Amino acid sequence: MTASSERPRTLAEKVWDDHLVKQGEDGTPDLIYIDLHLVHEVTSPQAFDGLRMAGRPVRRPDLTIATEDHNTPTLDIDKPIADLTSRTQIETLRRNAAEFGIRLHSLGDKEQGIVHVVGPQLGLTMPGITVVCGDSHTSTHGAFGAMAFGIGTSEVEHVLATQTLPLKPFKTMAINVEGTLRPGVTAKDIILAVIAKIGTGGGQGYVLEYRGSAIRALSMDGRMTICNMSIEAGARAGMVAPDETTFAYLKGRAHAPEGADWDAAVEYWKTLPSDEGAEFDAEVFIDADALEPFVTWGTNPGQGVSLSERVPDPAAIDDQHERAAAERALEYMDLRPGVPLKEIKVDAVFMGSCTNSRIEDLRAFASIVAGKQKAEGVRVMVVPGSARVRLEAEAEGLDKVFEAFGAEWRFAGCSMCLGMNPDQLAPGERCASTSNRNFEGRQGKGGRTHLVSPLVAAATAIRGTLSSPWDLEQAVTEVEAK
Amino acid sequence: MEKISTVTGVAVPLRRSNVDTDQIIPAVFLKRVTKTGFDDALFHGWRQDPEFILNQPAYRGASVLVAGPDFGTGSSREHAVWALRDFGFQVVISSRFGDIFRGNAGKQGLLAALVAYEDIERIWEVIEAEPGMPVTVDLVDRTVSAGELTVSFEIDDYTRWRLLEGLDDIGLTLREEEAIAEFEQHRAAWRPTTLPIREPAEAGN
Ligand code: SF4
Repeated sequence: MTASSERPRTLAEKVWDDHLVKQGEDGTPDLIYIDLHLVHEVTSPQAFDGLRMAGRPVRRPDLTIATEDHNTPTLDIDKPIADLTSRTQIETLRRNAAEFGIRLHSLGDKEQGIVHVVGPQLGLTMPGITVVCGDSHTSTHGAFGAMAFGIGTSEVEHVLATQTLPLKPFKTMAINVEGTLRPGVTAKDIILAVIAKIGTGGGQGYVLEYRGSAIRALSMDGRMTICNMSIEAGARAGMVAPDETTFAYLKGRAHAPEGADWDAAVEYWKTLPSDEGAEFDAEVFIDADALEPFVTWGTNPGQGVSLSERVPDPAAIDDQHERAAAERALEYMDLRPGVPLKEIKVDAVFMGSCTNSRIEDLRAFASIVAGKQKAEGVRVMVVPGSARVRLEAEAEGLDKVFEAFGAEWRFAGCSMCLGMNPDQLAPGERCASTSNRNFEGRQGKGGRTHLVSPLVAAATAIRGTLSSPWDLEQAVTEVEAK
Repeated sequence: MEKISTVTGVAVPLRRSNVDTDQIIPAVFLKRVTKTGFDDALFHGWRQDPEFILNQPAYRGASVLVAGPDFGTGSSREHAVWALRDFGFQVVISSRFGDIFRGNAGKQGLLAALVAYEDIERIWEVIEAEPGMPVTVDLVDRTVSAGELTVSFEIDDYTRWRLLEGLDDIGLTLREEEAIAEFEQHRAAWRPTTLPIREPAEAGN
């Protein structure tokens, strides 16, 4: 990526060029300015410790914000945290934030929540900015046309101290999704299909730009769901060009620009979409009309198929590594090839995580379960992405819908997405989860995860087996395809 | 990060090859929230054995570790370098290092000196003959001297320069302080700031 203005450029190149503090020479990396640094309790302690050791201050506390999410309990949030490691990490973050003058939203605060839900909700995430966080799902923020990516603890320290990062340019990949999603098919199904198509390593070294009519038709919440999982395709970041949907979402949010600043911002944001004729290093095409509700059957997010299909037979896979991986996955998942996915019984349904815990996700889930009873023996947990989402949901009466359905309505946090807090699967338990990783043991040691959309999670919670809204008698046409 | 030009101190012969980062610091120590204080974690498994070389009084206060080939292979944990440094080591000598470990070492001010295996054996012989004898590692000349013996070591020019100047990654970037400040001058007013805290004007969706 170069700063030439004559050549047609992609969205990613434009954002990159506008953050060049210093162009690299002779193979040295570019120095890139960071507009927004999000911090949480797990990957920040040593970064702050490093600053302390070197006697360095945080360069821009006013471009930094911290929240507690990975370890926080989702029940009894007013009691001391029982797990010692969790408590230590959270207490350490509180001390560091106080010492270095960083804004922190602690458990109990109305802005607390999963870091990737909090940034957009406050209007801090906006088009054309650079966003980093010591968390791989930082790619979420790319939904606004921002360049957003996860970093390691040393880089967290680097950004705290300098507000910049030395980086080599990424390659660009266009993911074109054309057509119209059928009712019952959502953003989650798009991204699961993308990952199944390009594989968990297919995006390595790339920034993905999601384009096409099906992407344009998505709400911001849906676009965030898609960008969130870019990392599961191996990509460093995912982006969607800003448009009227983006501007409408931002307008009036706490930290969105106001007055003349707003006008200047919108004018600039409108220059960001990839130019006509801009070249991508790679391109992928997905037909939105053909997509069905999707589900993963294995232990990586690329091992997914349409829910109407059967558990695949590893013997039919040509690549020997993939075949071996599929065999191992089926063994771990305790699944036999050829079994219709819809016959698979679940023990739990998790509705939450930075992939699908925003208000629209909760509304989608509620639209299916309203007036129904959950299947017997299935544990259903609904965990809002932030305290504010929780309040909003309660104001709309969604909590009553969930409770009448038999679901647990929890406080905000990462929860069973990674089971760092007590929200975990028991060994052998099977879960339909709206989160983003189905790795072995991710949701609890020995737990088995099927990644699904909120609509599929809801239908599954009703029937007790993996199901889509299409399997319920209820007409789903009114369910807004997001 | 401290500048290093010469290090003189007690050298420990670690006659083991393939010392991976799990052995340098076991995973249980990764839960800690500090970047220092890992001295107790270094070679934690081996140190349970009173005979282990680091437990021998003659090597107390050592600052140079002379290890067998393939030191620091395995997981990328930066903690391996922190543990060595916290224990007091400023130099690790080996005939081959794990790539990531070597990179991490250079960034954190630990000198990873590449010495030919025959020379490592010669150093071992000298320092084992007189446990606790000081050796000198000279980064300017790229040599290791123990008693009468002097051998040379390899290190890439860039890492050597950084160590001589005491520049970690952040230190390097801060040399561009002016460019960063200049960039900030022109940062558009609409770009986000987290402080002062603002409340929403109207409820978003
Ligand atoms: S919800 Fe899950 S994926 Fe998202 S930040 Fe938390 S742990 Fe990571």
